[in-house]
Amino acid sequence: MVEPYPSVSLKDALVKRRGKPILGPIDLALSGTGFTIVLGPNGAGKTTLLKVLHGVERLSKGVVAWSVPDAQARQMQAYVFQSPIMLRRSVRQNLAYPLQLLGEDKAAIASKVTDWARRIGLEEALDRPAPRLSGGERQKLALGRALIRSPQVLFLDEPCANLDGRSTREIEALLQDAQAAGTRIIMTTHDLGQARRLASDLVFLLHGRLHEQGEASAFFATPRTSEAKAFLEGDIVE
Amino acid sequence: MNEIWAGIQAAFRLIVTLDADLVEITLRSLQVSLSALVIASLIALPFGTWLAIRRFRYRRATIATLNALMGLPPVVVGLIVYLMLSRSGPFGVLGLLFTPTAMIIAQVIIITPLIASITHQAMRELWAEYHDLLISLNTSKRQRIATLIWDGRRTLLTAALAGFGRAIGEVGAIMIVGGNIDHATRVLTTAIALETGKGDFALALGLGFVLIALALLVNFAIHALSRTEREGTW
Ligand SMILES: Nc1ncnc2c1ncn2[C@@H]1O[C@H](COP(=O)(O)OP(=O)(O)OP(=O)(O)O)[C@@H](O)[C@H]1O
Ligand SMILES: [Mg+2]
Repeated sequence: MVEPYPSVSLKDALVKRRGKPILGPIDLALSGTGFTIVLGPNGAGKTTLLKVLHGVERLSKGVVAWSVPDAQARQMQAYVFQSPIMLRRSVRQNLAYPLQLLGEDKAAIASKVTDWARRIGLEEALDRPAPRLSGGERQKLALGRALIRSPQVLFLDEPCANLDGRSTREIEALLQDAQAAGTRIIMTTHDLGQARRLASDLVFLLHGRLHEQGEASAFFATPRTSEAKAFLEGDIVE
Repeated sequence: MNEIWAGIQAAFRLIVTLDADLVEITLRSLQVSLSALVIASLIALPFGTWLAIRRFRYRRATIATLNALMGLPPVVVGLIVYLMLSRSGPFGVLGLLFTPTAMIIAQVIIITPLIASITHQAMRELWAEYHDLLISLNTSKRQRIATLIWDGRRTLLTAALAGFGRAIGEVGAIMIVGGNIDHATRVLTTAIALETGKGDFALALGLGFVLIALALLVNFAIHALSRTEREGTW
């Protein structure tokens, strides 16, 4: 079982790269057991937002505040990067790695690894080198490696970008299971169908700014801004 | 031409019959260079890794210095170590000049920058690849270094082998600080230089074959390692 999730907020957050703002200034609060989907066109700042919340990307200004002490907050999060990072090891060792860091005993690790390999459909590939997997298999492995620690908060940056329809559904089921078990999920996607299926609430970014935030059903039914409306209709957003 | 042919035949005889001098010199060479390799690796592997992942003020300058040290002519290293260890030098009281220890010191100085530099480059690449994941998993500094060293172990071994190759074939520095003393500090390279000077091509060639064999072995090992790395065989 997963402990209750913490909440996180951004206050007056700004990220600059090479002197130009790429995200913010932004104020945002995420709390509750929700499934947050971050939407926005390419370059809107979705990845930057997730990395800032997770703490792998630093703010130029402002603060990220978790409702629990920082050290504890760090320990309860997991992140699946847009381009999966594979350790130069076997699939099995990639899955075991986050647990080894926690010093769990070998038998417990081995049983969790087999369990998760089965859930992500890679049990046949356990002894293959992870860097040799296909794009989709890598994404599945990255997801399994993130979920194996039962994180309270899970960040996913386009986890289904390279997956076929069937794999996408399997992954969605895994994510819904995790959410039901108490994991708070914050995910980006370019698949609006997927956003509709999964989102409880929504963040819409444009040019690094928070354009809309709110309940998913309301956003999809009646987007407040013309930009969001255009985005949902598949038009080019200026 | 005849003389060379006779030399080659005699050299083979020395090798096949495990000639006492040849074996002794080969073993001493291995002892000196392997000792230097172990010591240099203990310094260079952690240092190169640390240099790759740590940002500090004089990092660029340190890397530039390292690369410059890599180009130090061995003869000059020999000269400096000689001055340090000679009776009137700062470490003269230790009485290390013309001992295998002095030769090890010189070789450590020659190959440490080489191993550290290769390590640094390889580790920097790996660190760039792993950075976000290792930060994300909230790894401690020790866990990060351990992960990088473990996953970069083939490259590190390659770096060490390159260092060994340089050490075993080096002649200038060890000639100066070792003195090429029979049954004490004579190694493959210095013996070859001496025997060639004396015109005893049999022993020189015999030792030369051993040296070539060692160098080839090192290169095959490096090649095999880089192939397992590329093909991702675990
Ligand atoms: N290190 C950097 N230096 C300069 N610009 C950067 C840097 N990182 C990101 N950017 C820019 O910031 C903007 C936002 O990038 P980000 O990756 O957050 O977009 P995104 O919404 O995730 O896009 P996508 O849908 O393509 O993944 C982009 O225009 C990108 O080029
Ligand atoms: Mg992105």
